[in-house]
This record gives sequence, structure tokens and C-alpha cells, in this order.
Amino acid sequence: MKTSFPVAVAFLTGMALVVSFFFREGTLVGDLSKNLKIWLTIVGGFTLLLGVVSITRVNWAGVKRQKSGWGYKLLTLVSIFVMAIPSILPASWSPLFGRAEGSIYDWLFTYLDSPMMATMFATLAFYIASAAYRAFRARTVESTILLLVATIVMLWRVPMGEAFLNLFPGDLPGFLNAFVMNGANLAVQRGIIIGAALGAASMSLRIILGIERTYMGKG
Amino acid sequence: MIKSSDMARKALLWAIVVGPLFLVTIVTAQDSIDTSIAGDSLASAAATVVDSLDSLAAEMANVEDTAPPAEDTTEAAVVAESSFRYDRINAAILVLVFSAAILIFTRWARQGKELFLRKIPGLEAVEEAVGRATEMGRPVLYVPGIAELDEIETIAGISILGRVAKITAQYETPLMVPVRYPLVLAAGQEVVEQAYIEMGKKDAYDKDMVRYVAGEQFAFTANVNGYMMRERPATNIYMGAFFAESLLLAETGNAAGSIQIAGTARPEQLPFFIAACDYTLMGEELYAASAYLSKEPIMLGGLKGQDFVKMLIVIGIVIGVILVALGYGDSYMQLFQSV
Repeated sequence: MKTSFPVAVAFLTGMALVVSFFFREGTLVGDLSKNLKIWLTIVGGFTLLLGVVSITRVNWAGVKRQKSGWGYKLLTLVSIFVMAIPSILPASWSPLFGRAEGSIYDWLFTYLDSPMMATMFATLAFYIASAAYRAFRARTVESTILLLVATIVMLWRVPMGEAFLNLFPGDLPGFLNAFVMNGANLAVQRGIIIGAALGAASMSLRIILGIERTYMGKG
Repeated sequence: MIKSSDMARKALLWAIVVGPLFLVTIVTAQDSIDTSIAGDSLASAAATVVDSLDSLAAEMANVEDTAPPAEDTTEAAVVAESSFRYDRINAAILVLVFSAAILIFTRWARQGKELFLRKIPGLEAVEEAVGRATEMGRPVLYVPGIAELDEIETIAGISILGRVAKITAQYETPLMVPVRYPLVLAAGQEVVEQAYIEMGKKDAYDKDMVRYVAGEQFAFTANVNGYMMRERPATNIYMGAFFAESLLLAETGNAAGSIQIAGTARPEQLPFFIAACDYTLMGEELYAASAYLSKEPIMLGGLKGQDFVKMLIVIGIVIGVILVALGYGDSYMQLFQSV
């Protein structure tokens, strides 16, 4: 029963979603997909509590035992509750509560959360530089070709580089666009996309049919 | 006793045979209309294939990608429009052919027919990588992507997690699985616990091996990167849906000296993983991983069915190239009109 019931649910919902794809919205069958997604959101909302419990338990255990980096764990706990509690209190009690402009939540989000996220994203530039250095080392014939093509494409992608490439005879930017980006590059991407789509369909089918049960920890 | 998977297969076979009649009945019974919505991964994956072929066909003919026809909003047109999406019939045919191929190959596999599968080095390296962590006395870090559980890539990541957890349970190697969504947390905990029970190591299982770390993309990344630099896991495995954080994670793992295995179906993130990881599973290899690691013939049958359909698509593309080159490709291209 512990296995059969989830397999039956997976089969029924999977088939319902497949059939739903071929019907228009506004029909009983066509709306199945939309309605099931609403249910997923509702279930997901309830499970949020699981996340809060997990993050609190893990970090509190670290603080209690004063494991290395316990200060960060304490900061995590404080941040969660300082941000969450005022945001769920009714704004009618105080303009600092709720999530409207001027609230504690809004202030923390605008002046701490967003800049920190932007900073993390901005560091990507440095990571790209170090990864590119490693990827573009001319050790073999293939990597030398990759290095040359990548250098020209990167040059072409900035205005100054494009102006420089235009100094050469022939339409080098046009060649890059037609043969490198829309030729070799796009062909490989399409191959990967078609393969991935078939792989996803194959896995979906294995799940719907109950062949694949590894997502439940079985098999 | 009949297994539930047998029942499911019989039900699908029944659905393939009786399904079209059922669909026709529903079509004639309903006539309300509206715009389309996205379906589940199976149907939308078929649509993705059809869409890719459509773009390819359009380019082969050296024309602009086919734009959807302008919607006729007259009342007569609205009333006449059927509730069945006839414009998606090509995807429906692909789903049926695909399903039939998978079922046939799975049947052959069950009958004991030998099925050859090429080696996937990234998956062959999983056990070796966990063994390395065991020897070094360091943990294994497993990231099942940063998407919600309704993404098929996340489900693939969770499936592979079960296999990896069995190996860590066998070697009693510490395992750390940070997740971004509570639903993934619940699924991940269930899968890891089951793996430890199956390996007879229930006592070694700790619920906090799988932990929710943050709901924000870059907060999650910062947490995982911090863990890598502090704990220095010997092995990092990334399997699932990744976005801008892919390189942040992989480069940090590289700097921490970990052996890294990644897998994603997102072409735009693959170059980052290839540059920073030791092994990378590309596209379909991610979905094949759980079947490949299980070595179960019935699961491998699905992979062969998938290869068969891929071969049909290649044949379709070659026929298209020839027809378009000879100037007879218009009708053929219409078969792959975008859905």
C-alpha cells in the first residue's frame, strides 16, 4: 500500500496532465493542469513550515554546541525571525508591521536583502574570469580552436571589438553570426535540447507507469 | 500478486487503445474555448521537440520562424473552435509513438533481451568520488538543483540522490544535502532515509543531512559556498536545475579542491559546469542517470526506447533536409508547426 498508492496517484495525475495539455483552458479537462498546479502551490505553502523547522533546528543545534561558525548560525536565526515576525503582524497595529512601504520588512528587504543578492550575483564576473582562464588554456588542438573562436566571439560582442573586426576585409561579424552562433553553436544547443526533452519525457513516462520509483526512495 | 507497475503499464496500453475514442467523446461533448495552457513535462517535452524541429525546418527553408496565425476573434470562429487542441495533434502523435517505443523496449528488457548502453563516465565516477571522500574522512555534498519539485530535473536529482545516499550509507560517509524548497526537503529526507534503511544503516541516518538552507537563490548559494570553504567536502555532486549560481557553486568547489560531478539539462549552464567540474552529465544523461545507476533491465528498456525515438527524429531531420533542398519541403515542414 505504501508503494502502490503513490504509484496510482502518480499514474492518475500524470495521465490527467498529459490529456489536459491537448485541451483548451476553460474546459473541464483543459483546466486540470491549472487546478493541479494550484494544489501544488497550496501543498507547497503548508510545507514552508517544514523549512522553518529544519533551518531553526540545524542552526540552533550549532549555536548550542558552539560549533565552528556558530556566530553565523546565530545571525541566520536572528535574521529569520526579525524579518518574518514583523511581516506577519497586522499593519493596523503599527506602520512598522506588515510588508508595505515603510515597514521593517520593507526596510530590511530594500537595504539589506536586495543589495546582498546583487553583490552575490556581481561576484559572478570574477568567477567567470577564473573559469575562462582554465577553460581557454591552449593545451590541445581542440582547446586552441576553442580559445581562438571564443576570443573573436567575445570581441564581437562588445562595440569596440565589433568596430575592430570591421577593419578587416570581408564581413567577419556576419560570418560569426551566421556560422558560429547560428550555425555550430545553435546546432549543438538544439541537439542538447531535443535530447533533454526526450530524456524528460522518458523519465516522466517511467514515473507515470511506476517503472521508476527512485524518487520515493524505492528501487 | 500483480505488481502495481504491471497494472500501470496495462492501464497505459488500454489508454493508448481506447484513449482516442475517449478523446473524441470529450471533444464532441465540450465546446467551450479559451487560450492554451502548458501541460505536464511529458506533453510539453514532446512539444519542445516539435518546436525545435519547427525552428529547424523554418531555418532550412531560409524563412523567418513561423509566427502563430492571428487569432480570429469573430463570434462564429469562437463558437466553431473545438475544445480539443488540434494544433497540438503532432505532439500527441509524438507522445503516442514515444510511449509505444518505451513500452516495447521495456517489454523486451523484461524478457531478458540484452540491451547495450554506452558508458557515462560521470556516473561511473560517482562511487569512486564517494570512496575518495571516505578515504579523506570528509563529507559528500549533494545539491539537487535549486528548482521546485514540479521540475522534472529536480525529480531526476532526487532520484540520483537515492543512489548516492546508498553509497554513502555503505561507506558511512557523511552526506550533506542543502535544498531551497521545503517540498524538496521532504522528498529528499524520505529518499535518503529509505536508502539508509535499505543498506541496513538506519542508525547512521541523520534527518539533518538534508536541510533547508534558504529560499532565495543567492542566499542559498552563499550558504552552500560557505559550507564548501569551511567543511571542505571531498566530493561535490550537483544534479538538477541550475541557473546563475551554477558557476558560483562549481568554481567555489573547485577552489576548495573537491572532485566535482555535475548534471543539468539546461544548455546555458552546461559550459560553466564543463569548465569547473571534473565530470558533467549533459541534457538527457541527467534523466538517464537513475536508470543507469540502477542497472535494472526494466529501467534500461526506457532508455533504449528513448534512443529509438531519437533515431526516428534524426531520420525525420535528414528527410526534411533532402525535401527542402529539392524544393518539396513545404508540406513536410507543416507537420512540425510550432505548438
